[in-house]
Amino acid sequence: MVGGKSSGERVFNITNVAFMLILMFATIYPFWYAVASSLNGGVDLQRGPVFLWPREFTWASWRTVLSDPGLIQATWITVSRTVIVTAVSILYTAMFAYAFSRPYLRGRKWVMAVGFTSMYFSGGLIPSFMLINWLGLYDNYWVYIIPSLFGGFWNVIVLNANYKTIPDSLFESAKMDGASEFIVFFRIVLPLSKPVLAALSVFSAVSIWNDYGTTLYFTQSNHLQTLQYLILKLLQTSTAIEQLASTAQLSNASVFALLSKSQGEGLVTSQTLQLSSMVIASIPMIVMYPFAQRFFLKGVLIGSVKE
Amino acid sequence: MKLSRRKGYSLGYDFRTQLELNIMIWPAIILICVFSFFPFFGLLMAFKSYDPITGIKGIFTSPWNHFQHFTLIFDNFQFWPMIKNTIGINLLGSLVGLPATLLFALLLNEITSAKFKSFIQTVTYLPHFLSWVIYGGLFITLLNPEGGIVNYLLMQLHLVGKPVQFLADPDYFWGITIVTGLLKDIGWGAILYLAAIAGVDQSLYEAAAIDGAGRFKRMLHVTIPSIMPTVMILIIFAVSGMFNNNFTQIFVLQNSLNLPASQVIDTYIYQTGLLQFQFAAATAIGLMKSVLALVLLIGANFASQRLTKSGLF
Repeated sequence: MVGGKSSGERVFNITNVAFMLILMFATIYPFWYAVASSLNGGVDLQRGPVFLWPREFTWASWRTVLSDPGLIQATWITVSRTVIVTAVSILYTAMFAYAFSRPYLRGRKWVMAVGFTSMYFSGGLIPSFMLINWLGLYDNYWVYIIPSLFGGFWNVIVLNANYKTIPDSLFESAKMDGASEFIVFFRIVLPLSKPVLAALSVFSAVSIWNDYGTTLYFTQSNHLQTLQYLILKLLQTSTAIEQLASTAQLSNASVFALLSKSQGEGLVTSQTLQLSSMVIASIPMIVMYPFAQRFFLKGVLIGSVKE
Repeated sequence: MKLSRRKGYSLGYDFRTQLELNIMIWPAIILICVFSFFPFFGLLMAFKSYDPITGIKGIFTSPWNHFQHFTLIFDNFQFWPMIKNTIGINLLGSLVGLPATLLFALLLNEITSAKFKSFIQTVTYLPHFLSWVIYGGLFITLLNPEGGIVNYLLMQLHLVGKPVQFLADPDYFWGITIVTGLLKDIGWGAILYLAAIAGVDQSLYEAAAIDGAGRFKRMLHVTIPSIMPTVMILIIFAVSGMFNNNFTQIFVLQNSLNLPASQVIDTYIYQTGLLQFQFAAATAIGLMKSVLALVLLIGANFASQRLTKSGLF
């Protein structure tokens, strides 16, 4: 920047840094508070909140949550749908976007019309519910998979912008050599699109991991609950918490021992169970996002430049 | 297309290539038709006396009812409070959120150390990656009257005599929704502005500096006008989303006690449609919402084209 540093500018800099520190504290602290509280003894927590560090450190709540069969089942549902849908939909959407990006695709205008219509219009919740019901997907594990297999037209636009950066001569020479469209896609397009695919995969995985709407609208069985939905229930009802505590006792002798011991010492309460399940369910996202950051910034930028 | 063929570039128009491309295209077309387009037929319910027992067939066979669902909507005592909540939360949320995010991006841009800047970004992105169940749950815990840290501090500082029932009192609901929404997405929302700021022509800054413009003046007269198109697009989206609440957020924070301030169109559709099985009435409200959103989108885009010569389309 041009210009010398006046005292006014120094004051601005200091205020600015202070503001940023406060904002960072406000974004991070709620989560840290939950971590500290979930690792604190339950009854002890009722005496007063912990601020930065557990007063009475214990893994009891975490262990209760991690050994609960309902929660393990929900984790399994969540992980499997996240992995399957992300892998298939990103790979398939990349392939669709490749075909769509070919200028020689016949009927390209129709495909574009269908895509844009699907982006801006929807039938709404109730018609979708009836459709899911009619297709036999209601309360069925496949409701998590089949409707999401295509990653949406927005991703196609982002991918399309990305493919434009690949030199045409690469495609032409491959076609001259007699390569099929599938070979061009798998050998040329996929390897050259790794950053944007990584970015879209992160977005996809985050939105599926965090989704609870599908469970809320389209399922009713306990064994199909996702992690987020289970935590929502823990937040909304205290009976769900009691159930968590009691099923944990029945299913596992060591947990039963832990709980009976911990209840005597007051290590686990409904509050610490809520908090530890929230913290545990967000760990995968927290671990993933800083690694992916350099990829997804690129992805977002491509999308925004297109605007 | 035809032009390139005349020039002799026929590569790709052969049957095999087209077949392969179609194999790539069709699964998505089928999925879109089934899961996005097929539900459009369900909108017919909004104009009919539909009984859920008659199933899918009933959508087509049940009798028309002369817009009864739409006229009944306005007689519903829940309707106007619901509209007030929907628009109130969105309007205030945008009035606070858009300038705050822009301000954050501008201030972040003024941080000189690149490392500190990217650290701030990394930290402020974090809540965007947490689900609303978890982020909302964290605030439910923080604001809890029994042992929540906010009430504890307020009590210790003698600002309140007894714990405040933040989530059980309708008066606080809008504020909580707006503040949590802002905190969760301020870092992420700033990305768009930062990208726009990065695209500003550097020579403009140099020219302004030579003319004697200080840091603040450069921000005001160079940065802000240059990123106006981005700001306009976000305003258009905010206006067209006026009837569209963040269901995932509100549903988490909602409870039966704060319902007077937290019932919005989306939660109402869920409640009447999926919990009370009034399919037709819920569809009618949903349809009305979509039509209003479309009108707002076109209107906002038109206004933006007129005022700033930039818009979405």
